[in-house]
Formats: sequence, C-alpha cells, structure tokens
Amino acid sequence: MSVSARPRPRALDSPAPKVVPARHPWRWVGIAVVLVLLAQFVHGLVTNPGWDWATFARFVTAKSILNAVVITLELTLYGTVLGFALGIVLALMRLSRSRFLETVSWTYVWAFRSIPLIVQLLFWFNISYLYEELNFGIPFGPTFFGFQTKDLISPMGAAVLGLALHQAAYAAEIVRSGVISVDHGQLEAAAALGIPRSRQLRRIVLPQAMRSILPNATNEVISLFKGTSVVSVVAIGELFYQVQVIYGRNARVVALLMVATAWYIALTTLLSIVQHYVEKHYAKGATRNEDGWKWAR
Amino acid sequence: MGEVKVMVDVRGVHKSFGDNEVLRGVDLRVGTGEVVVVLGPSGSGKSTLLRTINHLEKTDRGLVSIDGDLIGYRRRGDKLYELREREILRQRAHVGFVFQNFNLFPHLTVVENIVEAPISTGRKPRAEAHAQARRLLARVGLSDKENAYPRHLSGGQQQRVAIARALALEPKVLLFDEPTSALDPELVGEVLDVIRDLARSGTTMIVVTHEIGFARDVADSVVFMDAGVVVEQGPPAQVLDDPQHPRTRAFLSKVL
Repeated sequence: MSVSARPRPRALDSPAPKVVPARHPWRWVGIAVVLVLLAQFVHGLVTNPGWDWATFARFVTAKSILNAVVITLELTLYGTVLGFALGIVLALMRLSRSRFLETVSWTYVWAFRSIPLIVQLLFWFNISYLYEELNFGIPFGPTFFGFQTKDLISPMGAAVLGLALHQAAYAAEIVRSGVISVDHGQLEAAAALGIPRSRQLRRIVLPQAMRSILPNATNEVISLFKGTSVVSVVAIGELFYQVQVIYGRNARVVALLMVATAWYIALTTLLSIVQHYVEKHYAKGATRNEDGWKWAR
Repeated sequence: MGEVKVMVDVRGVHKSFGDNEVLRGVDLRVGTGEVVVVLGPSGSGKSTLLRTINHLEKTDRGLVSIDGDLIGYRRRGDKLYELREREILRQRAHVGFVFQNFNLFPHLTVVENIVEAPISTGRKPRAEAHAQARRLLARVGLSDKENAYPRHLSGGQQQRVAIARALALEPKVLLFDEPTSALDPELVGEVLDVIRDLARSGTTMIVVTHEIGFARDVADSVVFMDAGVVVEQGPPAQVLDDPQHPRTRAFLSKVL
C-alpha cells in the first residue's frame, strides 16, 4: 500500500499546539432554563403561605412526632431483622437438594408476594376472630396450655408479623439471587478443599453474594421503612398515622405532610449513607484496582 | 511400577451426562510418588475422570480408591453404602485439586485462601496454619504477596497460589485440571516450574494438560484418552515417540 495523497506537514509537527475545547452553546441554554425553573420553585416554597412553615417548625420536633418516628423505626427494624432471618432460611430451603423444602419455600414466596400488604395487615389484626385461642400440646391430641389469641397478638405484634412475613418473601428472593450469582467454581473449590458445608456458605458464598444482595436489600429496607405508613390502617401510632391525627385536629394538612416527608427523607438519607459503607466493606478484593470498587458495584 | 504401592486406583468408571456417555469404563492405576500425565482431545473425558477421582462427580458405575480407601462409599459385605457429605468432604481433604480457572476465593487475601481449609477442617491451629502458608508461599515464589487479593495478581501468580492452597492440606495425591490452559503463554513456564519441582519431591500427581513438552519432561507415565476410554498408556518415550494406536498418532501429529 502506498500513500498517494500529499501529507499535511503541519498537523502533527511543531511541539504541543494549544488545545481549544469544543463549544457547547445549547448546553448553556439548557442550564439557564433549568436554573430559572429551580429558582421559581424555591421562591414558591419560601413565599407561598400555603406551605405554612411556621406550623412545620412547630411540629417537626414535637414530642408526639418524635414518638411516632421511634415507632416507625421499631417497625422497620423488627420487620427487617425478622424478615431477613426468615428470608435467609427460605432462600436456603429453596436452594436445598430436598424437593419438598424447595416446594414449601416456593409456595411461601408465591403466597406472600401475591397478597397485598394492606390485606395481610388487616388479616393479622383480625386473626383473633378466626382463631380465638392458641393451644400448645400434642397435634390432634391433648392440650398443655393455651392463650387467648387477642392477648398474644397485640396490634403492634400483628403489624410486625405482617411486615416481617411480607418482607421475608422478598428477602428470600434477594438472598437467593445473591447466592446463585456466585460463580459455581467457588463452591467446587470449597468442596474440593473439604471445607465443611456450613462454613462454605458462611465464609465463601455469602460474603460474595453480599455484593449483589446489598443494593437490593437496602431498597427493601427503605421501601419497608416508608411502607410502615401502611400500618396506619390498623391504628398504630407510627409517623404517618400520627401526622393524620394531628391534621385531623388542626387542618394544617400540607405542613404536617411536610413534617412526615422531612423525616422520611432524612432517615432514608441516613440509610443510603450506611449502605455506602457496608458495600465498601464487602467490595474487598472485588476489582484489580484498589479503589475501583465503585465501578464493580 | 511392580513393587510400588498403588495410591490411586480407578476401576471400570462410567459416567454419563444425560445421553452423553463421557467415561466408558476407565481403568487407571497410579503408584505412590508417580506422576501421570493425561493427554487427549477435548471432550475425551480427561477432566471428568479427574473430577470423579475426588468425587466432585459421582460415578455411574465403577469405583475409585485412594490409598486403599474407597472414595464416596463404604463397603460392608457385598453392599456399598453411600457416604454422607461430611465424610466425603473429609476424604477430599486428602486429595488436592488445582482448577483450570484457579477458583481462588476473591474476597480473601492470598494467605487467607491458603489457611482456610486447614483451619476450618480442624487440621491445624491458626498459628501453625499461617506459618505453613508462609512456607508454601516461599516454595511457589510468592512470599511478598501474602496480603494481596487474588485479582491483584497475574494469572500465573494466581495459579501458584492455588497450588499452595492445595498443598496446605498435605494431600496424598494432587490432581491438576489443565493448570496452564487459562494462562498467557509467557506465564505458563512459571506454573510448570512449580509443578515440576513438586514432581521431583515425590508428590503423587495426575496432570491433565496439553503441554506435550512438560509431559515428556516430568511424567513417569503418559495416558492417552479418547472418547471416554484409555487408548494407550506407557512411559513418555513410548507413548509420545512411538505411539502404537492410530488415534494417539493422529492426536500427536496435530499437537506436536
């Protein structure tokens, strides 16, 4: 091959010519438009008396609201811990070699994903109509001791039960997806080394599965955290219920909804920050680049 | 081989995956301290054979014993009782396995990879396992990589760590499944050097590989497999330079 065209001599010669960046005028137009819209929005927030910031300020740290935030956090905590504990068991059952356990787990997930959370909550809240007593004894035989169901399952208990059972179905699938995302060679290597089965799971599989479990699990915790507002249907004094009670009395609907919103945003932000650090912990050795873990998320 | 004690004894092993019969009655005997290199075209059942030896694959028919112990079963009278997983795992600790793709644990450091099995199987206390890991890393020439993560190492270095990890259990036999096939050509040598060094120290080994030069150099015995059976077996000079079977000849003419 021969180059017939005359080369343009000056293009690459003369050392280090100055680089003039390409210009993007329409980018600046876009930025200007968005800035104007943002300014209008902020101006509205400040000047529109409908937002009623005075009422917001009065209630955002009121004792009744703080108590409600604590109940919301309790519901989230119990729902998450119990939900994921049961979820891990369900995931392991689903992955076990026993066809029976696999089917039980599948059926559970199917059932609890199919029933809306609100229906479930109302159901648990009313369980004492269905089973008036809970008795412990020999199946189909004599009873040793029993409880009135309505004494055993308080409204709070019913709410936690509903949230946890609902959460477990989703947690099971998240944990399972994490476990099956781990390269099969890892299990083979562990088996070839004779590492005991429970240890294979704890030390080899789960830490690697955590990388794909964590973002999904955090999603679930956050959606459970906000999902606790559904519990207001069974009259538990969590954040959203409390806000409704207050604006039912003083009719400051917008200001009080903003109180709830501010708390939900603040605590979700906190969870996102925690997520960042937990993910970083489980990213050890994940990429060739020491600080490149972000790209492998 | 005559007076040498048999370490690995494979008898009449059959294995199918669905309709595909991968092993059709394989017999193989490996003496203590012997190095056997298994050659053969891809799909001939070499890897599957290796995996049945440490029971990563269950055989359909036929038995494997290592140092006189039946693998995966217990014999009582004329009945074979399947072992439970826990017992199989204990047997596997006597068999080192080196994978084509290394299969190091990426979330553990090099030294953690090596001490994991000795500690978790209760073979060694922590301090002793770490001391041994350092000796093994020195032996494979990676003393400075103790605290690195596998993904920060080259392929050749990773495979050397994997060999150290397999050695940490002080296995009676080491199985290598194409240990250099996933490596860049310039990294093959460093891994083969380590394996060669082990061979000289009298470790019993079965090596599946495509490295004919290595086979000639290190093997006490070369096995040629094709279509699920052992076609030919003998000293390297015989099998590689004067193959008797036409299929062996055809294979060697392609790879040499």
